[in-house]
Amino acid sequence: MNILVCVKRVPDTGAKMILTADNQAVDSKNLGFTVSPHEECAEEEAVRQVEEHGGSSWILTLGPEEAGEQLQEGLALGMDEAVLLNNNGEEWDPRSTSLAITEAVQKIAEEGTSFDVLLFGNEAADSGDFQVGVRVANALDLPVVTGVKDLSFTGDTAVAKRESSDGWEVYQVPLPAVFTVKEGINIPRYPSLRGRMQARRQEIKRITPKKQPGGLKKIRLRIPEEEDGGAEVLGEGPEVSSKVVDLFQDIGVV
Amino acid sequence: MIIAIIEHDRGTLHNASLEMLTVARALAADRDTSLAALLIGESGREIVKTLGAYGVPVAYLAVDDSLEDYAPRAWAESALAVMDQENVEVVLAAGTDRGHEVLAHVASLADLPLAANCLEVKLDDERCRVTRQRWGGSLLEEAELRGETYLLSIAPHLIPAEETPLDGEVEIREFQPSFSDRAFRVQVTGREQDEKAGISLTDARVVIGGGRGVGGAEGFTALEELADLLDGAVGGSRVATNNGWRPHKDQIGQTGNRIAPDLYIACGISGAIQHMVGCQGAKNILAINTDPQAPIMEKADYVVVGDLHEVVPAIVDEVKQRKR
Repeated sequence: MNILVCVKRVPDTGAKMILTADNQAVDSKNLGFTVSPHEECAEEEAVRQVEEHGGSSWILTLGPEEAGEQLQEGLALGMDEAVLLNNNGEEWDPRSTSLAITEAVQKIAEEGTSFDVLLFGNEAADSGDFQVGVRVANALDLPVVTGVKDLSFTGDTAVAKRESSDGWEVYQVPLPAVFTVKEGINIPRYPSLRGRMQARRQEIKRITPKKQPGGLKKIRLRIPEEEDGGAEVLGEGPEVSSKVVDLFQDIGVV
Repeated sequence: MIIAIIEHDRGTLHNASLEMLTVARALAADRDTSLAALLIGESGREIVKTLGAYGVPVAYLAVDDSLEDYAPRAWAESALAVMDQENVEVVLAAGTDRGHEVLAHVASLADLPLAANCLEVKLDDERCRVTRQRWGGSLLEEAELRGETYLLSIAPHLIPAEETPLDGEVEIREFQPSFSDRAFRVQVTGREQDEKAGISLTDARVVIGGGRGVGGAEGFTALEELADLLDGAVGGSRVATNNGWRPHKDQIGQTGNRIAPDLYIACGISGAIQHMVGCQGAKNILAINTDPQAPIMEKADYVVVGDLHEVVPAIVDEVKQRKR
């Protein structure tokens, strides 16, 4: 079983974000980079499934030269091959991104590796477009299930589960297929030191992508206005419980 | 024409669709064009009356025996069938798992632009301008769409649903789409129910969240007890779910649940932006934290500086006393 995982390099934010002067990007001067939690889980899922079923796991990204760092992290987890589609750090729209990935998958197939499973994060952490996985699936004429939090394979069939309000929805699809996964499908491992050392020596394949934009264009970014006011301090320690329950009664929850 | 894809699960309406209708109605009025809902499957008929209460004059109803349960591509092909017949300017759906999935299929099958999780939409003859969420809502993007039809999902929990009853009945336009042989390749083929179906995080009026400060799975016992007293639900931050203290299903945040309770009590949670976008729909936030400098202490409405392991049991005792 050959599995491809597609990831996106994004700034590792946690505190309030700051924008670049032209309002086109998050100012990442003082930030590290990562992939989204969904994508970390997609990488882990690929490694586990290949451990169970055999085959190879691949990691691919469309991003700047520096995204090689994120590919190496995948290799350090135990993934086998890495592919960089260099977009020179320019942010591509979902249509361009999907077409670049589709063409890369076709090229890799021509070179002898066809994928049984393509994994994406449910959405990219930064742009949150919620569509690249589905666009790639339809371009390759493959079935796709989004929001997957449980995945298993028997022969040429996949069973994918997605959370619903009171349990799980179950989808059964033939392989090859595309799945967009969510955090929670597994708990990702940390790469071993040995894995990290090996990853550094591993070669990254390169495919030159073609930009084919669609009709969605970013104009500018802005930070949402925050409600001011600040918090009302009810007090310190357990003595404050009576005030807290007064508040509950005011809100009408007791 | 503006088309609003109404999300339902075998006849049960998803409330986010009613919020989306607030935007859809405004767009139709602004462009002086008609508004129609799209309901998929015979069970959607049960929702038509509700749509009337929310000002939808026309409902397309896609019927086919195969549409009994959700099939994303078949839903998309049903929308495409209406788009073929009518001059459709905009197709909207709620910014939910299903909403995004269906719109992404429409976008790729018809090669159209899709903007996800929009908050504001402005339309003129040339283009569509939107403000949409990035980073789960920590950041906003002003974007422009160009194309024959604009596909938009509306971010849930931020725009209120508003009843605006119609004079008269909703006109139902029933049709049977001709589906491709790909339409039902992916369809719900089974369901598994959770054993203990308590109040869900997304529906609860009170949510109690625990983070790093809770310290372990057993630390949640006091939070559970308070939740029981307040008819609430318990959730956790990403730290709590990644450490296995709570199942991932309970995560509140960008990669988990978006909650919108009347009261959210955040216990031992520092308040990273990825967590805060998950609870930005909460009407009141009470933070309990030992660190007065934690980011959440600024973002909350009410704060208690203290150790949750002492404060929460004290609150439990106080609630019990008053209930007596």
